[in-house]
Amino acid sequence: MSDVESSGSSTETGLSPTRRNLLRGVAAGAGLAVVSGGLLTACGGSDDKKDSSSTSSGGTGKVAGATVTFGSNYSDPAVKSAFAALTTAATASTKAQVKINTVDHNTFQQNITSYLQGTPDDLFTWFAGYRMQYFAAQGLAQPIDDVWEKIGGNFSAAAKKLSTGIDGHQYLVPIYNYPWVVFYNKSQFASKGYAVPTTWDEYVALAKKMKADGIIPIAFADKDGWPALGTFDILNMRINGYDYHAKLMKHEVPWTDQGVHTVFQHWAEIMPYMQSGANGRIWQDSAKALEEKKAGMMFQGTNQVAAQYVTDKADLDDLDFFTFPAINPQWGQDYMDAPTDGFMLSKKAKNVDAAKAILEYIGTGPAEAEYLKTDQWDVGLVNGLQVPTYNAIQKKSVQEIAKCKAVAQFMDRDADPAMADAMIAIIQKFIDDPSTGNIAALQKSAESQAKAIYS
Amino acid sequence: MSSASQVRNPAAATTTGPQKEGPVRRRRRGVRTLSTRDRVVVALLLGIPLLLDLAFVWFPAIGTLLLSFTKWNGVGSLHPTTTCKPNLPSILNNGCVYGIQNYHQAVTISPEFWPAVRHNLIWLAVFVLIATPLGMLFAVVIDRGIKGSRMYQSILFLPVMLSLALIGIIWEFVYSQDYGLINTVIGRNHNGNSIDWLGNPHLNLWAVLLEATWRQAGYVMVLYLAGLKAVDPTLREAALVDGANAWQTFWRVIFPVMRPINIVIMVVTVIESLRAFDLVYITNKGINGLELLSVLVTSNIVGETQRVGFGSALGVVLLLISLVPISIFLYQTFRREESQ
Repeated sequence: MSDVESSGSSTETGLSPTRRNLLRGVAAGAGLAVVSGGLLTACGGSDDKKDSSSTSSGGTGKVAGATVTFGSNYSDPAVKSAFAALTTAATASTKAQVKINTVDHNTFQQNITSYLQGTPDDLFTWFAGYRMQYFAAQGLAQPIDDVWEKIGGNFSAAAKKLSTGIDGHQYLVPIYNYPWVVFYNKSQFASKGYAVPTTWDEYVALAKKMKADGIIPIAFADKDGWPALGTFDILNMRINGYDYHAKLMKHEVPWTDQGVHTVFQHWAEIMPYMQSGANGRIWQDSAKALEEKKAGMMFQGTNQVAAQYVTDKADLDDLDFFTFPAINPQWGQDYMDAPTDGFMLSKKAKNVDAAKAILEYIGTGPAEAEYLKTDQWDVGLVNGLQVPTYNAIQKKSVQEIAKCKAVAQFMDRDADPAMADAMIAIIQKFIDDPSTGNIAALQKSAESQAKAIYS
Repeated sequence: MSSASQVRNPAAATTTGPQKEGPVRRRRRGVRTLSTRDRVVVALLLGIPLLLDLAFVWFPAIGTLLLSFTKWNGVGSLHPTTTCKPNLPSILNNGCVYGIQNYHQAVTISPEFWPAVRHNLIWLAVFVLIATPLGMLFAVVIDRGIKGSRMYQSILFLPVMLSLALIGIIWEFVYSQDYGLINTVIGRNHNGNSIDWLGNPHLNLWAVLLEATWRQAGYVMVLYLAGLKAVDPTLREAALVDGANAWQTFWRVIFPVMRPINIVIMVVTVIESLRAFDLVYITNKGINGLELLSVLVTSNIVGETQRVGFGSALGVVLLLISLVPISIFLYQTFRREESQ
């Protein structure tokens, strides 16, 4: 089934890594025989016995024909089909079968600790950053340094760093990321004569103008709690820089610090221009306000806004974005949130060799291109990746992420999740009452929570 | 049931059984000793519920109590002998004994704890003071056989058949500030003038309590209707003959007769209000004005990074609060039983 589907488009690209992978793993003399064996079993379908008999000759025997289980949180229809295409291509390339166990996105995250301690799948979908490091440090994932030795050349140093645990070993193979930027409709900006702001003052002035024109300047929703964390992240990185942000996320800087206060003050300044009642609105409704041009701008990830345009069959060509304006000239527009998703190998994996072969394939350009064929909002991470199906948003995403000196992952991925939860509550209280007195009280609350959580 | 009756009166239980085999001899001995078969039956009937009770009630309850004195993220094993060291990253300070720190943190620095306690009490008060009397009123009015009473009965009962999660979703359509029914009808769905029913922490608890009451009143109504139907009609006739009006008939005659139903309704009301969870979780995961103890327990124990110790401490607090109405109820019941 899988072979037929992928033969039309990616036979060429799909097969070449196969040969390379197989040859690498096998002693030079026996190489040819095993390669032909692997290809034959692939044609024959799922003939497990034949492969297990050849296992004795070399490690790669376990890869071809073995079944790797893959726990997936890619539960939405679009990403589910993209993920299915990816694993189909991986099977075509490695000859290892992949059995996907899809679990609803939120449920997957809720149950991750017990899932990984129980009988987890060999591979599982997860996120880069502290969130990955946390589970790696608990001994729930296996290091995949040997995979990175082979795929390392495909990625930038930044991508490698995102995949590295606290102990210096690699634990993740990234697949895509997506930037958090300010979205707008080109036609609306053109008809009203708005210009893209690059500084804070221009941004505030533009918001003021939009408000005068009867448009909601900044579409904003925070019913789910997490969307507003992105606004905190970008303001903190624009005002205090990336290093400060990273330290704050690890609680190496206290939350009562003046820097945090400045962030909230700037936020309070644009609060009158943000869509009111954010705590009761889901971000999808905000994105609709942008689609309908009731709102002028919206700061969120392409993974949400562009995806929503695709789902709603809104005019994706009219959608454009700019990176968040500079505030502190020292940092300019050097940083942004660009959360990275990827795959990890669980500690209790049964088919380690085959799982690593799958990971090795996923860490290649053709694999990412295969995934991104059906995904019109995320972008791949492989160096110099050319994806013919990229739309304008995706092309621009690649450029803007490449311009950054560092990318953050988003607060709930960079900080201890318990702290991110605490900040969700605190930021919602800030949205309710952005007065200076309240800011100080909320900072104090955040600091006492951080002390309880991080120590 | 059967096990309880055997415990209280073993002699009565055994005399009926062995009669078939040897009526005269056995009966005399049976008072003092039980046959092997009887012992096995008693052991099984007592043992199985006891085991289930221990396994599913006492073990988790005591486990929760013990866990509430530890700091544990759910990964790896507990270390009951080591005490947590201050100022060490949580990842290295796992499974250790934390003393009463969890409780201390809950009452001092956790911003969600006291709102949660308050909201639980408000929830209880609304159920007792509004939802239950409302359900009672519906039942009495429908029971009097007003025109179209069957239709009203169906309409009021409808929400009881829906799961609370579904009720939460249905009311989202009513409350949504941009596209919701209320704001659209009253014309307040523009930025700036819209009413944020579910996001404003001063409004959302009451909005959600309306959803909960919508369902609870129907539930109480059905229980109460069943009770009213069971009341002996001769009592009403007697009251009528004595010249009592409708108000007097209800409060002086019908209501006291329905004591068993009233007790059931009180228990249901307390349980429903303390276990309130679904609606707020569906609405906004129980944050920002909708904090409840049950949600805090869940969000700490189920999730990506678990604070099992802290969550357990909150669970113990919820248990202590639940014990108050339960103790009152049991005390009342047993006292009446003794006096009878």
